[in-house]
Amino acid sequence: MLDITALRAGIAEREILKGIDLNIKAGEVHAVMGPNGSGKSTLAQVLAGNPAYEVLGGSATFLGEELLELEPEIRAQKGVFLAFQYPVEIPGVTNAYFLRSAYNEIRKARGEEEVDPLDFLDIIEDRMKLVEMDSSMLNRSVNAGFSGGEKKRNEILQMAVLQPKLAILDETDSGLDIDALRIVAGGVNALRRPDNATIVVTHYQRLLNYIVPDFVHVLANGRIVRSGGKELALELEERGYDWLLDAA
Amino acid sequence: MSTTIESLVNREYQYGFVSDIESDTVAAGLSEEVVRIISAKKHEPEWLLDWRLKAYRRWLTMKEPHWPNVTYPPIDYQAARYWSAPTSVKPLQSIDDVDPELVRTYEKLGISLNEQKFLSGVAVDAIFDSVSVGTTMKEELASHGVIFCSFGDAVKEHPELVRKYLGSVVPYSDNFFAALNSAVFSDGSFCYVPKGVKCPMELSTYFRINAADTGQFERTLIIADEGASVSYLEGCTAPKRSTNQLHAAVVELVALDNASVKYSTVQNWYAGDEEGKGGIYNFVTKRGKAAGVNSKISWTQVETGSAITWKYPGVLLVGDNSVGEFYSVAVVNNYQQADTGTKMIHIGKNTKSTIVSKGISAGHGNNSYRGRVKVMPRAENARNYTQCDSMLIGNRCGAHTFPYIEVENRTATVEHEASTSKIGEDQIFYCKQRGISAEQAVSMIVSGFCREVFQELPMEFALEAQQLLGITLEGSVG
Ligand SMILES: Nc1ncnc2c1ncn2[C@@H]1O[C@H](COP(=O)(O)OP(=O)(O)OP(=O)(O)O)[C@@H](O)[C@H]1O
Ligand SMILES: [Mg+2]
Repeated sequence: MLDITALRAGIAEREILKGIDLNIKAGEVHAVMGPNGSGKSTLAQVLAGNPAYEVLGGSATFLGEELLELEPEIRAQKGVFLAFQYPVEIPGVTNAYFLRSAYNEIRKARGEEEVDPLDFLDIIEDRMKLVEMDSSMLNRSVNAGFSGGEKKRNEILQMAVLQPKLAILDETDSGLDIDALRIVAGGVNALRRPDNATIVVTHYQRLLNYIVPDFVHVLANGRIVRSGGKELALELEERGYDWLLDAA
Repeated sequence: MSTTIESLVNREYQYGFVSDIESDTVAAGLSEEVVRIISAKKHEPEWLLDWRLKAYRRWLTMKEPHWPNVTYPPIDYQAARYWSAPTSVKPLQSIDDVDPELVRTYEKLGISLNEQKFLSGVAVDAIFDSVSVGTTMKEELASHGVIFCSFGDAVKEHPELVRKYLGSVVPYSDNFFAALNSAVFSDGSFCYVPKGVKCPMELSTYFRINAADTGQFERTLIIADEGASVSYLEGCTAPKRSTNQLHAAVVELVALDNASVKYSTVQNWYAGDEEGKGGIYNFVTKRGKAAGVNSKISWTQVETGSAITWKYPGVLLVGDNSVGEFYSVAVVNNYQQADTGTKMIHIGKNTKSTIVSKGISAGHGNNSYRGRVKVMPRAENARNYTQCDSMLIGNRCGAHTFPYIEVENRTATVEHEASTSKIGEDQIFYCKQRGISAEQAVSMIVSGFCREVFQELPMEFALEAQQLLGITLEGSVG
């Protein structure tokens, strides 16, 4: 589904990703771990097409198409979704309106008809149950004044509504209390299908107890220094990153 | 009647047809003679001619104001024409006659704003080149005792009301443009809601400038008698022309005891092209007098058009416990300039005013908020709350705030909050990541920024305003 080869990218004249290779097949869950500042969010943002980052080389084909050449909204319309580490606030725009606009844009891109506000309400209410979110959140401004945990949950709600093919969750677990973590993980699992894939960026093995990955990758200094199965996460929990960094 | 207005308005956004409309115009220039001709053409009574002449003579002694934060070349008042009226109203021949770009704009607006309004039962008066071409729903309104007609008809049919209230809020000597208007105003809308009547529908006026080199000087007078209430909306459009055209209107609102008047404007005069050529000079005086106890006057404006906007809809809070409100969105793009805001003059006791101003600047646009809050010595317990937010799109535009606060009573509470923000790249990227285009993202973010004001607009027009905003800002983000 996603084939990343020799991907290099940076920001402000500085190279951050120094050659990433990663292959993700439909139905798989990949966990990306690694020390602070190693480039995990950069990888996520570059895949989503954030213009603040510059691609310096390599490629990322998504469903047979070069992702890196597409506008961010086109990538989204083709099924790439990023749950932001720091979700952005949009004052005055209600969550409901924002979500419906996104939903309809993606439908339009697929040649499907737009849904009207009433029909959309049915769709969204169903999804809100999945993440156990109160419907009062719909009439609040996008992320404005949300608590850290509410923002993260709101990202998963958006994912549940938009049903992406490739979801990238950038530290969606950080800032969540235990119950919220379980709910969010439950939501992610409920959305897992044989034809979609997930990249989970996290610092904590705990999340991986709930969302069980097929592969775990360790990113350090802009490179993947180790890949393995879910047991790698347990090993990292025990030993930290130093032994890998020394090896790298 | 509705078909006449429809065809008129369907013609509105077109460009090339100017030559085939027959109109009755008076030669360019301004003199006592011209004032007399205008009055005669309208078969006006003596007292009104006298009033016009007084205004004209006063105007001769006044100077054009230059304190607004706007710049433009000197206006030659002798080069403008002060009277133009369509002699007939012909339906549009074919859609092909219309400037395609305007058709596109029209389509984006969801076209027949007017059709929709007829469907939703809004009474409409249409003013074409300063002359009223028709008022809909007149009978329906009359059954409630509401008078809604052109200014000209009001002078003929209800002279006592016009005479009593004309100039009672904005005297002809008020300012340069008000004096000019008082001398040469050609038509406009008039509304009177009698005691205890809640006007059963939205009232609406469409203003349209068509003829070249013609200034537009309409007058609106709205009176809500004791216990009455009315909601009124004006919309404005003009064709694209490479020369600047002057629009100097006067609007007077009067609310007696326990009455309320809500006045909303969606202003989309031609703003000039991308280089700043052409466009309307919108120099307008609007004021309401909350004359009675517990009366209320509320202004809501969405200003997206005009090359230059210069207007300060204000409220004289005369009655005890009276309320004044001003909700404004002003958008400038390309080379547009806006110097707008409000005046809240607290005269009675326990008077309350609220000001919410949202200024949006894009391109090389320059946006100034200018607001005066004055609490007079007798205005015990007056309260004002002002919130003034500016949003910048890009880095060649400007936003300025000029608040003037004068408090002459110790019991007053005056609050002023201001903020300036920039549309964030991160906000746009966030929207794009959800499949929303940059253009749509900007219009969404800006609408969100203006939400408190849009909420004040009558339902049917809130969407229209939002779409206009999107169109005005089109191309402002790369
Ligand atoms: N906008 C920016 N300007 C300058 N440097 C940046 C910017 N964004 C990221 N960087 C730098 O790039 C490096 C990688 O950052 P990135 O956010 O990808 O790390 P991360 O692995 O996600 O870290 P964390 O675990 O703390 O979230 C860091 O050194 C960071 O300071
Ligand atoms: Mg990160």
